[in-house]
Amino acid sequence: MKLSTQYLGLELKSPLVASASPLSKSLDGIRRLEDAGASAIVMFSLFEEQINGDQRSFDHDMQFGTDTHEEARSFVPSKGSFPVTPESYLEMVRQANAAVDVPIIASLNGVNKGKWVEYANQLEQAGAAAIELNLYKIASDPGVLAAEVERKLLSVVRAVKAQVKIPVSVKISPFFSSLPNMARGLSLAGAQGIVMFNRFYEPDFDLDNLEVMPRLTLSCSDDLRLPLHWTAILFGRVDADLALSGGVHTHLDAIKAIAAGAKVAMVASELLKNGADRLGQMEKAMSHWMEEHKYESLNQLLGNMSYLRVADPGTVERASYIKELGSFKSEMPAFIPQ
Amino acid sequence: MKPSEQWSTLDGTEAAASVAFRTNEVIAIYPITPSSGMGELSDAWAAAHKLNIWGNTPLVQQMQSEGGAAGAVHGSLQAGALTTTFTASQGLLLMIPNMYKIAGELTSTVFHIAARSLAAQGLSIFGDHSDVMAARATGWAMLFAGSVQEVMDFALVSQASTLKSRVPFLHAFDGFRTSHEVNKVVPLSDDQIRALIDQELINAHRDRALNPDKPFIRGTAQNPDVYFQGRETVNPYYAAVPGIVEGYLDRLAEQTGRKYSLYEYAGAPDAERVIIAMGSGIETIEETVDHLNASGEKVGLVKIRLFRPFAIDKFVASLPSTVRSIAVLDRTKEPGSTGEPLYQDVVTAIAEAVASGTSKLSGFPKIVGGRYGLASKEFTPAMVKAVFDEIAKPEPKNHFTVGIFDDVSHTSIDFDPSYSIEMPDVRRALFYGLGADGTVGANKNSVKIIGEETKNFAQAYFVYDSKKSGAVTVSHLRFGPRPIRAPYLIEEAHFVAVHQFGLLERYRPLERAMKGATVLINSPFGPNEVWDELPVDAQEQIVKKGLKLFVLDAYKVAHEAKLGVRINTIMQTAFFKLSGVLPEEEAISLIKKAIKKTYMKRGQAVIEQNFAAVDEALKHLHPVSVPSEVTSKKPAFEVIPEDAPDFIKNVTGMMIAGRGDEIPVSMMPADGTYPSSTSQYEKRGIATALPEWDPDICIQCGKCVLVCPHAAIRAKIASQEDVAAAPTGIQSAVPKWKGMEDGRYILKVSHEDCTGCSLCAEVCPAKDRTNPEHKSLDMKPHVVAKGEDTEAWDFFMNLSDKPKSSEVIRYNTLKNVQLLRPLFEFSGACSGCGETPYIKLLSQLFGEHTIIANATGCSSIFGGNLPTTPYTVNKEGRGPAWANSLFEDNAEFGMGMRLALDAQNDRARKLLQKMEPELGSELVDALRAPVVHEVGGRNAKRVCVEDLKSRLRELGSDEAVSLLEVADSLVEKSVWIIGGDGWAYDIGFGGLDHVLASGSNVKVLVLDTEVYSNTGGQASKSTSRGAVAKFASGGKRAPKKDLGRMAMSYGNVYVAQVSLGANDAQVLKAFLEAEAYPGPAIIIAYSHCIAHGIDVSHGLQQQKKAVDSGYWPLYRFDPRRVEEGLNPLQLDSKTPTLPLKDYLYSEGRFKQLIQADPDSAAELLRLAQEDVETRWAVYQGLAESLAHQVE
Repeated sequence: MKLSTQYLGLELKSPLVASASPLSKSLDGIRRLEDAGASAIVMFSLFEEQINGDQRSFDHDMQFGTDTHEEARSFVPSKGSFPVTPESYLEMVRQANAAVDVPIIASLNGVNKGKWVEYANQLEQAGAAAIELNLYKIASDPGVLAAEVERKLLSVVRAVKAQVKIPVSVKISPFFSSLPNMARGLSLAGAQGIVMFNRFYEPDFDLDNLEVMPRLTLSCSDDLRLPLHWTAILFGRVDADLALSGGVHTHLDAIKAIAAGAKVAMVASELLKNGADRLGQMEKAMSHWMEEHKYESLNQLLGNMSYLRVADPGTVERASYIKELGSFKSEMPAFIPQ
Repeated sequence: MKPSEQWSTLDGTEAAASVAFRTNEVIAIYPITPSSGMGELSDAWAAAHKLNIWGNTPLVQQMQSEGGAAGAVHGSLQAGALTTTFTASQGLLLMIPNMYKIAGELTSTVFHIAARSLAAQGLSIFGDHSDVMAARATGWAMLFAGSVQEVMDFALVSQASTLKSRVPFLHAFDGFRTSHEVNKVVPLSDDQIRALIDQELINAHRDRALNPDKPFIRGTAQNPDVYFQGRETVNPYYAAVPGIVEGYLDRLAEQTGRKYSLYEYAGAPDAERVIIAMGSGIETIEETVDHLNASGEKVGLVKIRLFRPFAIDKFVASLPSTVRSIAVLDRTKEPGSTGEPLYQDVVTAIAEAVASGTSKLSGFPKIVGGRYGLASKEFTPAMVKAVFDEIAKPEPKNHFTVGIFDDVSHTSIDFDPSYSIEMPDVRRALFYGLGADGTVGANKNSVKIIGEETKNFAQAYFVYDSKKSGAVTVSHLRFGPRPIRAPYLIEEAHFVAVHQFGLLERYRPLERAMKGATVLINSPFGPNEVWDELPVDAQEQIVKKGLKLFVLDAYKVAHEAKLGVRINTIMQTAFFKLSGVLPEEEAISLIKKAIKKTYMKRGQAVIEQNFAAVDEALKHLHPVSVPSEVTSKKPAFEVIPEDAPDFIKNVTGMMIAGRGDEIPVSMMPADGTYPSSTSQYEKRGIATALPEWDPDICIQCGKCVLVCPHAAIRAKIASQEDVAAAPTGIQSAVPKWKGMEDGRYILKVSHEDCTGCSLCAEVCPAKDRTNPEHKSLDMKPHVVAKGEDTEAWDFFMNLSDKPKSSEVIRYNTLKNVQLLRPLFEFSGACSGCGETPYIKLLSQLFGEHTIIANATGCSSIFGGNLPTTPYTVNKEGRGPAWANSLFEDNAEFGMGMRLALDAQNDRARKLLQKMEPELGSELVDALRAPVVHEVGGRNAKRVCVEDLKSRLRELGSDEAVSLLEVADSLVEKSVWIIGGDGWAYDIGFGGLDHVLASGSNVKVLVLDTEVYSNTGGQASKSTSRGAVAKFASGGKRAPKKDLGRMAMSYGNVYVAQVSLGANDAQVLKAFLEAEAYPGPAIIIAYSHCIAHGIDVSHGLQQQKKAVDSGYWPLYRFDPRRVEEGLNPLQLDSKTPTLPLKDYLYSEGRFKQLIQADPDSAAELLRLAQEDVETRWAVYQGLAESLAHQVE
């Protein structure tokens, strides 16, 4: 069974891509992902804040106390060469590129225009096959118009795009009033791929200490439905490859992703939970399923469950929503007035 | 390292280290100021795989002490490697035993010494020749360098000469003045070095090494029959040294064009008056000689380069035959001698030469000796002139001093401070800043720019005050078209920059501005407002001298560029613009180039923000139009209040005001004894934010009071009547103590003593339930004005320390301990220091009956660096009695104190027993009663002792008089031995181990920062695996030593490991238990530190993470529990819950390595995780097995 696909112009042997996760933080991890069958590897994210903020705070912490006392004019080894995160990230991309045959997709995470976008160019120089730009933005200011938020994000895409010749995909959140319009905007800004969706940091509260607790939970198969839904809507409607990310835990999840219209299914939580080898198992099971269901290639499957064939996805959506609510209600106990 | 045709601006330590590194194979290191930099550079170069001239990277090994370093050097030499080390002061003293051996065995090596004072009446980190003079009998050759260039050149000549002569060389240069002066030099290239190092001599060195293939023995014990003859065998080797050194000086001249002589004469060929000196002073003297001769005088100088062996013939030959009067200047003091060492040598040499008739001198000249420049005391052209004037007199003063006013022994000679020889073509600039604002760093950059990017020569020297928080720095920069040889501070500058507005008042920087000078002030006030804000004396200086005034709000620019308080590049840009040293455009481009170079390793963002600051700086620079008259009404700055004791006003106050140089000898204590309780007079007002208290939501837990490193936030319970009379600035609440509800709980911050570290606000657990952002203590920006809080603070301090309550308070909870007066307050420790809260707690609980033995280190510097001490007294006048002996001997020092106290107590008890019939059993029994281990537990006995004393005075018998002498010892005293991990784990470990093993009733507090904090963060054996520290630039490979477990192995030592940020209640328990334990006790206290690469305002959170990750387990091991059938070891922290890397990588010291060497970091993290797991398992196992034994 041929599972090969094209994503961002890259020839991939299967649609199973390892998405950004701590697994790609070491060369060993990257090798393991390739061995397990990842068709491409999205590196862990290099954050705008790492390029800007971390440099500043690291600089602050390392300089603190320098030249304050006659006996201790500094507190860190002198004349040493200690590149900070972005440099070591570049080095990692360089090494990863040399170590594996599958494409390495570098991940940049940022939302503000600034000098940090120049790292895209350096990532290209370091051998990244593509760049996944993660637009992780929580719009929390009631005074900012939706259009303004979108305009800024699009300008970041254009700025990154201007830095490189390699393809750029954009990973977005589902929280746009008109996601299809935003997707088109991204495509017009130069994005060759749209990755749906990034996982939000959803904090919890510690009520005893009145503190916000950082929490990042891994996805489960149920989480597939949101990206699946939007992939099905966008397939064929924007000029960009779609990638589904979030909730792919089994071969069936991956097949659904392709059927909805995604060129690739990105996997992370499953690998963190059950190991990188899951990729190989999923690939094998996918092949098996497709053979069983008489598919000859992935292209036959691609988008066959998308809403492209439906005249007005919005109408379908409202209809299925009403249907679903109705079915849910019917399972509720009858309301008996006292 | 650069080829010789390039100029380089560097300091003396780099100059020495660059040659030492390239000409050796093994380097043993140990930190000591001011030589540490040479070891740090060697370690960093080795970590970066730099090579020596044979293409190898030298092995750099840190040892546990200088004694250890010398031993390792000795061994390495014996095994045939080219080996060196660096040291100073006490470090050199510790090397002396090995130095005799190395010389006795005719072994080639060079020790590079940044010469420094020795600890006598007080320690001093500053420069003079006391240390090298103490080593002059070891049989080492001694070559003195007087400038940064000479340091580089003589490092090589020493290395070459020792190989040929086989006599070991001590290469010395003045600590700080030369070791830390930045100057423009021509570096030696590898080829030039190779040209002076003869390979066959190295082969011979190796051939003399121990080798089992051709064995021999060395280091025999010799008997009376031969030892003497053996000692005399070496004479020919010493006789050859001067010729050998001369030979290499000539070869150096061939290579570099720089010519030196062993005894180099400079001045008029027919001079009648000559000064003889060595070290950096020769530069000052030579410049002055030239100046005086140009004005028609006939004076000269002999520069002593080779002090040992002292070549009489060559020295005498260097003197002009016309000389009639000689002053020999020594930068050391040898009390009780016939004169200082160089003086004695000169007298002897001339006497021998004249007596033997080999002298060309016309007669026996008058020779006088003088002392100058001890502990970096300034040595200026004015003083040189005074010396020449003195020896022009018919009866010049002998054994004189110059630079001080000695009104006791009248040794000092007068000098005219206004005499100056500064050259008109040399531009002089002074910069007054704070350590934290980056002024020094910017000036180092400026000197590099001018020195390396232009044809100008440049010199920089930096002076710091003695505080670690809010330290003031003064940068002295000179630029000019010819080499700058002026190793003394600038008295009159063309340009004065004041980087902190507040310094105008306290330091009067404009007094050093020359007529018509340019003055740049970092001012929050604009060009139209600033005049009215200037203190009166600043206005006077501006008007009188016609100073050109400019202002720049650098903090505003820094804030906008997100640079925080670092205004360095902003002020630097303005300096270049105003000084005109370079065309503006060129200067800006060079500044940016320097920024790029400096911050490259920090990333593009940091570079960009500095670029932005440079661009913005000039837009905010404004000239100020100066009125023709002084208009300020601001009174002059008063340092010390009128009601302070005389000593405080006349001595301490002078030092605080920066006028310590003016204090005459008669005002100084002769034996190094100084009063306690003086930091209260040094109100510095350095906080930029203060904690603001909301009494309504405060739960009165006392955590803020506990963690405050400076004892600047305190709590008391006063009566309602007291509070009714309170001035503004006193807030209060109903006390949350049972039975005290009718009083008022007051929490008070001393505005002028707070450093704004924010630890109190960080630790505050009381959140507003409706708005968790707001806590009972919130930090609020605040500009502290002089005296703004005096009335409120005085009111608070005058309130009773004890609550007026019928309830008896037991100080066994943190809540209650907050009410105890700290007897350690307002130290100059770093803002947010992790060590001081432990000492403060100790002082609260036990201070009134404790003697403290303090190892040298951070705690001795913030504890006892003049002008003031944080140790203070309670209302009864009692408080900690404190002393510092050395770094290495602190445990023994403390044990000695214990022995003395025990001996006196023993004598008193025996006399008491003898006199029981006369004194009565009731009193005697009360005096013999066991000590009550509680705060105030000794009060009853103190009353009895007073009763006893009056009875004894009445009795008046011999026995009564004897008992009277030791009666105070009947009130039991505690001895606390305090020091850091450098002392406890490394240099003092042998002594500590012995003292713990002795069973002596001493208490040890180890303030564990896991590095040598005081000398700048060098690794100790407490440093953990994977941490990057100086001397462990590539990350420490070996695991941390478990000092606690070692101490536990004795079985009779109380041991606790504690962390204030993780479990403060456990800290208190440990302190109380240790104090009450009838034997040795040791508490190892985690102390966060700026050397960890953290924001210290989060230090307590870091401590908690350290404990939660198992990195720092908390426990108490109390041998008394065994007798009670209990497990002696109690683990006080839970099984680790936080992954180790979440702790480690939240600190720069660990994070650095991931960025430098990710593979090593990963491997070391794995090992560190294993260390933590193993340690935890061991402790758990130990607890269980001990429990089993108990069962």
